[in-house]
Amino acid sequence: MRLTLRVWRQPGADAPGAMATYEVEDISPDMSFLEMLDTLNEALILGGEEPVAFDHDCREGICGACGLVINGEAHGPERTTSCQLHMRSFRDGDTIDVEPWRASAFPVVRDLVVDRSAFDRIIQAGGYVSAPTGSAPEAHATPVPKADADSAFEHAECIGCGACVAACPNGAAMLFTSAKINHLRVLPQGVPERETRVLDMVAAMDAEGFGGCTLAGECATACPKGIPLPSIAAMNKEWLRAARKARR
Amino acid sequence: MALATRTDRHPSLVRVFWASTVGKKAVMAVSGLIMLGYLVAHVMGNLKIFFGPEEFNAYGHWLRTMGGPVLHEKWALWLVRVALLAAVLAHGVSAYQLSRRDLRARPVRYVHRRRRTSYATRTMRWGGVILALFIVWHLLDLTTLTVNPRGQEGHPYENVVATFSTWYGDVIYLVAMLAVGLHVRHGFWSAAQTLGAGNAARDRTLKVLANGLALVLTAGFVSVPVAVMTGVVS
Repeated sequence: MRLTLRVWRQPGADAPGAMATYEVEDISPDMSFLEMLDTLNEALILGGEEPVAFDHDCREGICGACGLVINGEAHGPERTTSCQLHMRSFRDGDTIDVEPWRASAFPVVRDLVVDRSAFDRIIQAGGYVSAPTGSAPEAHATPVPKADADSAFEHAECIGCGACVAACPNGAAMLFTSAKINHLRVLPQGVPERETRVLDMVAAMDAEGFGGCTLAGECATACPKGIPLPSIAAMNKEWLRAARKARR
Repeated sequence: MALATRTDRHPSLVRVFWASTVGKKAVMAVSGLIMLGYLVAHVMGNLKIFFGPEEFNAYGHWLRTMGGPVLHEKWALWLVRVALLAAVLAHGVSAYQLSRRDLRARPVRYVHRRRRTSYATRTMRWGGVILALFIVWHLLDLTTLTVNPRGQEGHPYENVVATFSTWYGDVIYLVAMLAVGLHVRHGFWSAAQTLGAGNAARDRTLKVLANGLALVLTAGFVSVPVAVMTGVVS
């Protein structure tokens, strides 16, 4: 395959950036999108140019490190992560636009790399259970109904990649935060901190400068892990309950 | 590890809600639902115009005397007006503040643009502004009668016919009623999500209800100017 890439280049956080055009050749349809970028970078290095910086780690779609806006869509046209997107999703001769996540809470560090520490600070505000750790407890000591376990697992699938923020027209982190809250809410271990968790995590989310939810639904469409949109309604319900209860 | 203990004084519920994006959106949802409830009553009152001037004008008169004999004339009417004004202000201010925040949260647009979300979702902000301007004109036209072409106190039937006999009255009204339909279509479903009433099992029902409300309200309101234009009501 022969492709034309238009890639966002920005040498540093405070430096101005612009789209740069590159031609790449000999791309196999079986390559992942990141392998295609590797090919571009090899050519750039050989030509004495700076390679394009982009985040990646496991390349198996489970770590949440990679994240590119490809042709205006977070993680591109397939419902998966950028690393699991394959070049067979494109056609020979295509022009592909590659941009970083855009949100004021996710400042660009360099090229396609953004700083997602804001997510870490939301987790620090309450995305945990306070329990003594040690050896693994006996599996049946705390029974969890199957339906609750399934619901917790559905939300625990969130890998924190930030595609929801990138896709949201308001740069909101509602889907991410709701996934973390709903994951712990249904489990017995998460019950003791139920109220403070939702209040503190939503407050942390607001403090990071994320936008609010207008129910556009772009986040759930972009999510590579299929976190459902009603997750946000469940978080709203949880917040309203906690806000009333915290007054007593 | 000890849990954090909260010894600080609890802030007021109003402050908790107003300080949070989730709480402020809930204020927007509740005020929107109040206005939606009013619109349902409003459209039913409007449809009485098809039963002649006596019935319609008597209904207009009753609005001033409702709540009696407990309440003095127009007291109930003013209670409704104050509640509605509070709802409009709460809705508008929260919408303005949340929108400002949303725009700040996404300062850089993507170079590769593509159509995002539904038309109803994308037009919520400007649709709201159009509706606010319409309400001002609507009150000047049929409540204070300042800009009404006939403006006869106590004769709402004749005043309505006079407004819809002008081309600009029809155009303003039809545009605004389409905006109402679009606004309700996304707004009702959104309010349900904001107040935590939405879930996967109920989603279809809520969407059908939102579309049904939008359609019935728009059709009901639009039927009046159309009836005047076609001579059914004169």
